[in-house]
Amino acid sequence: MDCVVTGGNVKVLAKAIHSLSRIGDELYVEPQEDGLSLRSVNSSRSAYACFLFAPLFFSRYTIPSGHTFRCKMAIKSVQAVFRSLASLEKTVEKCDIVLDEQKNRLTFTLHCKHGLLKTHNLSFQDSESLQAVFDKDSYANVFRSHPRLLVDTVVHFPPSLEEVTVSVSDERMWVRNHVEEEDQSKAMLTELCLASDEFDHFAVRIHNSVTFCLKELRGLLVFAESTGLPISMYFDEPGSPVVLSVTDSVLEGNFVLATLSDDPNHRKNNSRRALTPPPPADDFMNDDIDSYLIAMDTSMAPGPSATGPPTPPLADSTCSKQPAAANNRTRLHSEEEEEEDDTADSSKPPNKKFCSLFFGSVIPPSPQMSTQPVTNQEVLASDSEDDV
Amino acid sequence: MPLSTQSQADDEQYVLVASLDNARCLSNILKAITFKDHAIFSATPNGLKVTVEDSKCLQANAFIQAEIFQEFTIREDLVGFQVNLTVLLDCLNIFGGSTVPGVSTALRMCYRGYGYPLTLFLEEGGVVTVCKINTQEPEEPIDFEFCSTNVTNKVILLSESLKEAFSELDMTSEVLQITMSPSQPYFRLSTFGNSGNAHYDYPKDSDMMELFRCTKTQTNRYKMSLLKPSTKALALSCKVSVRTDSRGFLSLQYLVRNDDGQICFE
Repeated sequence: MDCVVTGGNVKVLAKAIHSLSRIGDELYVEPQEDGLSLRSVNSSRSAYACFLFAPLFFSRYTIPSGHTFRCKMAIKSVQAVFRSLASLEKTVEKCDIVLDEQKNRLTFTLHCKHGLLKTHNLSFQDSESLQAVFDKDSYANVFRSHPRLLVDTVVHFPPSLEEVTVSVSDERMWVRNHVEEEDQSKAMLTELCLASDEFDHFAVRIHNSVTFCLKELRGLLVFAESTGLPISMYFDEPGSPVVLSVTDSVLEGNFVLATLSDDPNHRKNNSRRALTPPPPADDFMNDDIDSYLIAMDTSMAPGPSATGPPTPPLADSTCSKQPAAANNRTRLHSEEEEEEDDTADSSKPPNKKFCSLFFGSVIPPSPQMSTQPVTNQEVLASDSEDDV
Repeated sequence: MPLSTQSQADDEQYVLVASLDNARCLSNILKAITFKDHAIFSATPNGLKVTVEDSKCLQANAFIQAEIFQEFTIREDLVGFQVNLTVLLDCLNIFGGSTVPGVSTALRMCYRGYGYPLTLFLEEGGVVTVCKINTQEPEEPIDFEFCSTNVTNKVILLSESLKEAFSELDMTSEVLQITMSPSQPYFRLSTFGNSGNAHYDYPKDSDMMELFRCTKTQTNRYKMSLLKPSTKALALSCKVSVRTDSRGFLSLQYLVRNDDGQICFE
């Protein structure tokens, strides 16, 4: 195998490797006929990422003939080859990747300015094939946007945040942090609403919510933002993985993240709750928080929190369609997090505790909507072969 | 008490007087060799030499020529003493890091002789501070007997390229191997780490190579930990000379360019 990357593409390759390092500790390398694929998976197999560089990405691309070759190596060693991204652009003219199967070595040679030659001989291990099973074209919901949009959204969540829930309706997407049921009253809930016109492409066939790990996604966001490629997002029902991808004429990157799946029991409980009357005001710190929230304003007005009396949850909605998740949103914001809710029900005392919180109801208004993330997490990005 | 009147009166009793308009110049140099607490100062009419040693394997010397100083008076052929380098640096930076351009700390360093403390007069913006640092019996610095006649290979490189290489060196490697040869590879730095080995090759006709004089092929391995202190000096310098002698001893000399002069380091 002998691949040569020149000019600006060296930096793109380096960035892809850095973003893969956010997923797992090992880099799976497989030179194929349709390009060089670099993959990574996390230890719990709930996140998988793959970058495929077409032969045109390289100025020379030769793969081992006759047999398929694949290997894995510690991603940190490969990162060390491309350590300083800033200087890569300025000094590296060419990067040569050569495989020496006899010595089990993959050699990265960087030809830099002033004749400096950096040679890294990295050892690798043979590996099993790593391939997640997914068909993004069959997914119900497809979105595409400039990476800036997602980066700006994600910046509002703390770096330590593990999971985020994305819910969609025909016209909107809500992104909020996922908090376990028992922690509802102690946590700060953050929710952002994005309108469909902010996206380059917004196609929703099923209104639902998916919850996935944000941390692993950040790697892709950094890559996409620096290359300026639009990010496409595909998802289906909860439980089915969410796929985010960037595509270009010479490369394709896919990040497949598992989502939390439905628990039918939980759904039943929630729907029952949705029909109970709002509890007394001083009860809002206990488990009936959700019911309390339902009693608050649920208007669909596009601006900051709408004024006016709260409407009963499942009754009329200002939106002509019936996106279930939206009906119970207690705060609908424009893309920036806004100030407190000023639509407290007049029959209730001022809501001091929640002045500065932004929260959305986590209760589906109707039983048939499967929107509830639960504690079980099912791993869905799987490889086609068993682990060695 | 203005510094000038003081100097006229006391100059006779000082065996060494050195003045700098900008103490930063001295403190930067000294920071680069501060890998141990104590430094041996030896002053000759040529200038000031500061030596720091580590476990008898590594010696760093900073030479500051007399011409660099605005005033350099020495009454004996050789004046030697030892001080705590960390304390000295703290005193030199006593006015804090100056962020205002044009404002610098002026230094007047005076030494009365054996048994007397090293006196520093530091002035910035009209405020004068006097520091007296106790001196110690200077230890005899090791003489590695590295002399120019025994040098087998010598290479002078522009620091810029080495800086990048050193910042990327694989720290999991215990040794740094330096190969110098009249034939391919002309000058190579190699590391052997957990994930594999890495080589940095500098061709002899590179723009970065100012001088290339290698008589025979030599490959030597040096402990990475001993080379680490040199990275600070590398960061300050504009040129580096790498020399090895017949015993494989490595001498790195860093040329630090001052605003108006040059200070040599090794």
